Amino acid sequence: MVPGTIVFAAAYGTLAAQKGLTLSEAVLMSALVYGGASQLVAMEVWTSPLTLSTVVSLAVVTGIVNARFILMGATLRPWLGALPPWQAYAALNGTVDATWLIATRYRAEGGSDVSVFAGAALTLWLIWVGSAIPGYLLGAFIADPKRFGFDLMLPIFFAAMFVPLWRGARRAVGWVVAGVVALAVSYLVPGWWFIVAGALTGSIAGAFIDDE
Amino acid sequence: MMNEPLAYGPLIGILAMAFATLMTRFAGYWLMGHIPLTKRVRRVLEILPGAIMAATIVPIVAKVGPAALIAVVVAAVSMIVKRNEFIAVGLALVAVSLTRAFGV
Repeated sequence: MVPGTIVFAAAYGTLAAQKGLTLSEAVLMSALVYGGASQLVAMEVWTSPLTLSTVVSLAVVTGIVNARFILMGATLRPWLGALPPWQAYAALNGTVDATWLIATRYRAEGGSDVSVFAGAALTLWLIWVGSAIPGYLLGAFIADPKRFGFDLMLPIFFAAMFVPLWRGARRAVGWVVAGVVALAVSYLVPGWWFIVAGALTGSIAGAFIDDE
Repeated sequence: MMNEPLAYGPLIGILAMAFATLMTRFAGYWLMGHIPLTKRVRRVLEILPGAIMAATIVPIVAKVGPAALIAVVVAAVSMIVKRNEFIAVGLALVAVSLTRAFGV
């Protein structure tokens, strides 16, 4: 998981440099948001200068891309529920795909020490924030990022992350719907709303089809 | 007002993203203490990550063309053969560089 996090963070840093964020802005975003996929998508939505409508788009897109944390948080309730609320909510700040996987495995093996989750979260957070810096410097130095395919970092990453999700064709119906709807919306509506429209339509359609 | 440049725009944008993410991290945990998540909502959230990826990849490939298609296919095939993000991303970038060097 650590190599994946480093590559991911470096890719984000590269895109952030190309989008005109300062190094401190790029690092601050990693530190406060700590959500890889949402930061990559946000770099596509980001404009310089930012307007109020772009800020609203950023918040909505980030919320949708990170909506999977809602489910992760729900599954952590039986475990963290034993803690005082302030500790539980503090620990929830470390929820990302990797830490949630670590926590779930550890729990399945009978572990109950919450500091394992907190420790994994803190370690991965430091790696995430730190690895954005070399990526940023690389992105700032390269004059023609398109030549090396850096403009395609987002689809490349998502294609790589998509493979481990595969659980057979039946489960993929919602993803096909998501792709088709997103494609149609991308021709009809300007901006990056096609991600939101496609992802929501696809996952809702998929959930209902899988029911029958 | 909606389309004028904002003072402290980047900082406001980052804080808005951080707040939206904070809500997703707290919402499910908080909800579970009040009402159980239904099976259907659970399914929606399970499908969502893949749906986000599909909804991002397909329109970009359609817009950018062959170079993007090659990038996505190389990354996916590499992950199927060997589960390593370093290799997958590296090979995809090499494939795009070559494709573009040959003027496709």
